[in-house]
Amino acid sequence: MEVGRSIPRVDAADKVTGRAKYTDDLCPRPVLEAKILHSTIANGWVKSMDISAAQALPGVVKVLTCFDVPDIQYPTPGHPWSVEKGHQDVADRKLLSRRVRIYGEDIAAVVAEDEITALHALELIRVEYEEYPVLLEPGQAMAPGAGAIHEEHPDNILAKMDLRTPITDPRYETVEQVLDDPQLYQFRGHYETQQVQHCHIENPVSFAWMEAGRIHVVTSTQIPHIVRRVIGQALGIGWGRIQVIKPYIGGGFGNKQEVLYEPLNAWLTTQVGGRCVRLDVSREETFQNTRSRHPISFDVAAAVDREGNLMARSCTAISNQGGYASHGNAIVANAITGFRQLYPDRVGHHSTACTVYTNRPAPGAMRGYGIPQCNFAAECMMEDIAQKFGFDPIELRLKNIMPLGYVDPFNGITCHSTGLRECILKGAEAMGWDELRAQYRNQTGPVRRGVGMACFSYKTGVYPISLETASARMVLNQDGTVQLQLGATEIGQGGDTVFSQMAAEAIGIPTEDVHIVSFQDTDTAPFDTGAYASRQTYVTGKAIKKVGLEFRQKLLSYAAELFPQAGELTIDGRAIADETGERLISLEDLATTAFYSLEHSVHITAEGTNHCKENTFAFGCCFAQVEVDIPVGKVKVLRLINVHDSGRLINPSLAAAQVHGGMSMGMGYALSEEMKLDPKTGRLLNGNLLDYKMPTSMDHPDLTALFVETDDPSGPFGNKALGEPPAIPVAPAIRNAVLNATGVAVNTLPLSPQKLVEEFTKGGLIGHV
Amino acid sequence: MYDISSLYQATSVADAIRALQADPKAILIAGGTDVLIKIREGRLPGCSLVSIHELGEELRGIALAPNGDVEIGPLSTFRDVTFSPIIRQHIPVLGEATDMAGGPQLRAVGTIGGNVCNGVTSADSASTLMALDAVLVVRGPAGERRVPISQWYKGVHQVNLAHDELLVKLLIPRENYDGFTGHYIKYAQRSAMDIATLGVSCLVKLSEDKRLVRQVKLAFGVANPVPMRSPAAEAAVAGLPLEEAIAQIGKAALQDVNPRTSWRASREFRLQLVEELSGRALREAARKGGAAV
Repeated sequence: MEVGRSIPRVDAADKVTGRAKYTDDLCPRPVLEAKILHSTIANGWVKSMDISAAQALPGVVKVLTCFDVPDIQYPTPGHPWSVEKGHQDVADRKLLSRRVRIYGEDIAAVVAEDEITALHALELIRVEYEEYPVLLEPGQAMAPGAGAIHEEHPDNILAKMDLRTPITDPRYETVEQVLDDPQLYQFRGHYETQQVQHCHIENPVSFAWMEAGRIHVVTSTQIPHIVRRVIGQALGIGWGRIQVIKPYIGGGFGNKQEVLYEPLNAWLTTQVGGRCVRLDVSREETFQNTRSRHPISFDVAAAVDREGNLMARSCTAISNQGGYASHGNAIVANAITGFRQLYPDRVGHHSTACTVYTNRPAPGAMRGYGIPQCNFAAECMMEDIAQKFGFDPIELRLKNIMPLGYVDPFNGITCHSTGLRECILKGAEAMGWDELRAQYRNQTGPVRRGVGMACFSYKTGVYPISLETASARMVLNQDGTVQLQLGATEIGQGGDTVFSQMAAEAIGIPTEDVHIVSFQDTDTAPFDTGAYASRQTYVTGKAIKKVGLEFRQKLLSYAAELFPQAGELTIDGRAIADETGERLISLEDLATTAFYSLEHSVHITAEGTNHCKENTFAFGCCFAQVEVDIPVGKVKVLRLINVHDSGRLINPSLAAAQVHGGMSMGMGYALSEEMKLDPKTGRLLNGNLLDYKMPTSMDHPDLTALFVETDDPSGPFGNKALGEPPAIPVAPAIRNAVLNATGVAVNTLPLSPQKLVEEFTKGGLIGHV
Repeated sequence: MYDISSLYQATSVADAIRALQADPKAILIAGGTDVLIKIREGRLPGCSLVSIHELGEELRGIALAPNGDVEIGPLSTFRDVTFSPIIRQHIPVLGEATDMAGGPQLRAVGTIGGNVCNGVTSADSASTLMALDAVLVVRGPAGERRVPISQWYKGVHQVNLAHDELLVKLLIPRENYDGFTGHYIKYAQRSAMDIATLGVSCLVKLSEDKRLVRQVKLAFGVANPVPMRSPAAEAAVAGLPLEEAIAQIGKAALQDVNPRTSWRASREFRLQLVEELSGRALREAARKGGAAV
């Protein structure tokens, strides 16, 4: 069995020795350097720009402004394109913009012989603005007379939705009637999440040049085929005239599931005679000008019967979209859907969502795609219900979690397998939950401990909301090994390794005999939309399995030509074997024969697409043990345990590594990370890794990753989503642990020290006046 | 790329002073962990640098003078200070403080002299050097002068150092550390790679029986625009039984500090930290001095 083995990553040696090539390693030198001029206002217009001094600076090749760019608006999210107009992404961005919508808007670009000259030139550009009031919060942007950030949306509302499940109890007509039923426990709550960023190590960097009349772009992206499409759309040229190459990348987490500066860079090279232009952005620009996680506020209500059955819930979510639509309403739509799915309400559910343009740096896709936000609301709510009405928090959850066979009433996504109950029980046991809950009752003193938990559900890929398609190509080598080519991308998550294992499994050869082509080149890589939505092991996995089985069949057919007398053939230990187990010919000899045979020469290859029309739910939970230093507002995470049902694990050690990374991301979300903006100017105050408080290795406890392996009938190898889920339940688990320790329920993220001191003071735990 | 127009590598302290005299705009660079950040941020466009990085022979190293004073060469890195046997034996609190700056890479490069000359209130060595009443020896064209650290800080990024002067020694007089034990608390959001929200350094000298406070020296970073001592707190607890001193020192310190509200932290939050952490620092300092608290 190749699937299920904890083999080392296929790229491990190259990455740890520094041999692995990333975008900037491949950039030719010398190269022209591009730098972007960012606005110093957050809302308004560029009235005029004087570039004469910049243009005259020696070493400056070209200065281009928002007055020069093509009059084309294009979409940027890494969604599969839709051929139906109604489902296409919002096209609201230009390469450089006269309309200033965020502080730091891209309003001009300088191309120069070196970086310092380019930076000097930026300082020489004079800009005249027309300035409008800064609108950072949805309430401000939706206020009458606020002024449209995009003229297509005069009220600044990008989209709204209102979903009601059918009412299953004849005594009620609406969810609201259930929520108001005095016979039931009634709960109301308000929870808010903050804006955070991915903080991948490698900033988005690209270089672009022209050759043979085409534009070539090497870029750090999760979605090379989508980048090609969007460059074509942004420049108004045929998509085939663009080649995008994706080398190894230093993380993405969804920020690179967005077309960032590639279209601008592609256009810049066309403006300097096709010379190669490198566009690197700083960490500060990455914070300010690339994507982030949406801040979402939730007003929730629940009606619970005396046994703890959730009868109905409602959820009103308002998502802060910042200056550009990016993934837009899809995020909050996913959030209210995730909120509903984890605990299917017995009578009915009502949720509304609204996405609002503001002048914040525009959020987009980030690991979990709206679910970390809704999970904070849902799992704080469950804890608060348990606390308020005297239920055991674990019992309450077990009573209400999604059952096997659940079918979502709107999108039809079905629960084909679930190990959630087992995950919760396993986590509770690993934590020593019952003993610790008993031990932590009635604590006094300035330092107290607590345990908390949260669980989640997460779909696998984007079907049926969007297209799911993946292609694979397998090519035989003379030595009997196989080249595996995919459009799916390795972004640090270990994709290449598990793809190789799946191909080996399907063909029947050792993983060591599969050579994966890691870099995607849109000229040659099969079509796949890329790394996002925890989709690749599932969706691409199906393509690999399909093509792998076909490839295997071709090997066996050729062997049958060579051994016409043999019966049923199989592949065993790098050889073709017959029914008795006797090895007839090695794969190497078979391959060489196939290449060079004078009777029948054939290059054995297989290629195909799998159009995936299935989806399934992954599950899991997080248990957190914390120590709270009340007078100084510090939370020390003592232990963190995640338990996941992601179906069958393709590579258990890589799966654990994925979980560790997600837990770390969740810890920062819970305790310290937040993009802070100046309310007056809209400027990002902490757009660097000193002031943006991402936890260091010193801040982490040991991270425990446990699994409950189900065998999902819809997965290619019984597997389901794993990439994003680990980040989801950590923040509410930690918040609930702090509640357990202190009795103080903090309903907004993050639980930063100053906020905790304020909350503990309000809660009477700090006597200081 | 860094926007640097020239770099002069000084060959001696005298040579560095000459180079600074020759170029009134030149900027002195040692470890570079502050200067290079400013250059990257574009705050020193086209700067000329005078580097003293190679003057280790004259300026690096930690020694115990015959009279018991501890002499620290300003080019000593944070790491040098932390791992110096002299510091470990005589002033461990200073080595503990320098061990909290940034991360391991920064501590191997950043210097204690740079930390003091950069003139910021959050510098990790600053509050402990304040508590120790360090003396800064500076040398210029006219020779050497000694500046008590209480007269060193003039404002944010402003210290009592002329353009053509160099810090050549940090002196900790014996009477300032002998008989004291100390503790530094760096309160930051992260356990490493962070800037202090508040720094508290407390030195204490206890009675023979370890029950009374003879003398306390309490200093703060980030409680004021420059590092500061808290005379009110020091006066309030001198002579008190230890537990009483621990209970009172924080409230007393509030009379002296004047933190401001910034987006990093509110005044109220910093005041709460001053009050809470002063007592904790005193408790730990006393514990290191043998008190059973």
